[in-house]
Amino acid sequence: MIHLHAVNKRFRRPDGGWFNAVEDISLSIARGEVFGLIGFSGAGKSTLLRLINLLERPESGAVLVDQQDLTALSASELRRARQNIGMVFQQFNLLANRTVAQNVAFPLEIAGWDRDKIAARVRECLEVVSLSDRAEHFPAQLSGGQKQRVGIARALASHPKVILADEPTSALDPKTTQSILDCLQQINQRFGVTVVIVTHEMGVVRSICQRAALLDHGRIVEVMDVVNGTVDARSDLARSLVEAA
Amino acid sequence: MDLATLVASWQDLIMMWPEIEQALLETGLMLTVGLSAAVLLGGPLGIVLYLTQPGQMFSHRWLNGVLSWLVNLVRSFPFIILMVSLVPLTRFMVGSTIGPVAAAVPLSFAAIPYFARLVEQTLREIPRGVIEAAESMGASPWQIIRKVLLNEARSGLISSLTILTISFLSYTAVAGVVGGGGIGDLAIRYGYYRFQTDVMVAMVLLLVVIVQIIQFVGNRLASRLDKR
Repeated sequence: MIHLHAVNKRFRRPDGGWFNAVEDISLSIARGEVFGLIGFSGAGKSTLLRLINLLERPESGAVLVDQQDLTALSASELRRARQNIGMVFQQFNLLANRTVAQNVAFPLEIAGWDRDKIAARVRECLEVVSLSDRAEHFPAQLSGGQKQRVGIARALASHPKVILADEPTSALDPKTTQSILDCLQQINQRFGVTVVIVTHEMGVVRSICQRAALLDHGRIVEVMDVVNGTVDARSDLARSLVEAA
Repeated sequence: MDLATLVASWQDLIMMWPEIEQALLETGLMLTVGLSAAVLLGGPLGIVLYLTQPGQMFSHRWLNGVLSWLVNLVRSFPFIILMVSLVPLTRFMVGSTIGPVAAAVPLSFAAIPYFARLVEQTLREIPRGVIEAAESMGASPWQIIRKVLLNEARSGLISSLTILTISFLSYTAVAGVVGGGGIGDLAIRYGYYRFQTDVMVAMVLLLVVIVQIIQFVGNRLASRLDKR
């Protein structure tokens, strides 16, 4: 479903030098997989995630999502392609002046759906995340966990093939974290959506991922399989993370 | 001041009512034209200033620098000097340099960059992540401006407009001095030139009431629109 070929991304440092956030990474993620990107802060995992929907454009390399090379698309083609890729954020990034229902409707308005179809789809998505009773609330009236569920409903609304989740539970307490992970897993299983999740916690990988890539200094250290809730870690770095969790 | 003079003053004011009414209309006209120009031209200018900043959607150092410099340039003129400098333009645009319509030209000229800055500042308050979320959903720049920037900043924009309205209410008084008419002009003509202090005091009180009303309405509207 997702293929990255030798992607590179670097940023200008304040001192004028370059910081290689992602170095020559190639990675394939299968359809229907829940794939983790794990590493310490600054390892390049969020940048790698943002390369998948081209929120960051790579200096070199190709980004294929659903057999389409995103780097080769025009601006309007890229916008259409992005409607197939939902995104969930650590800080939720909901529109504060829109109700829960209007937030979920937002990607559908952008995609040009009719009103009736939008209303029906919003109801469905809010049901999936168990927030039907909060449809007319504003984000400020919700708890962190509820806000993130709105974020997930919004990411799900346009029937995406892929959902990218950037540290979706890092702003939440452990109990809420589990409910958000369950929610993502349920969406993966019910709708076959491929999920890529960035995290710094091995617990998250263990609980919902089938595979995970461990990143360090912009490179993949290893791609680990998760079998029956145990992470098959080979490198020292991966083992230390597994033991710490 | 004894009761007799108070009554006499009151009678003066009642006699003057048609003139006060006229002045109110003139002030209203100047404000309406100036504020409309500010919203219709200054608003988009503010959005462009915001969007061309480094790190924004249409980051453009050169264009942003030039526009910002122009905005500062117009804003550095003391209003009375701006009015005088714009006399030729005013004559060209409305065929006269006196009256509220003529005064509306320099008022608009001053209001546009003022409001542009206020809009730019207000838009900067929107969290970057919210705009990024819209980008990740495939929103076009136009959709982001309309549905994200303007909608998320709406309460701040109303507060900015309130500030602008009150500032320009006092600018209209300056415009009055050079034949613009309006409440401020009435206060100066009667109160200052003819030593009718009672008229001046009454006009200032009237302005105080108008300012209070504008601020009250602005605050109410802004807080009603703010769901953050």
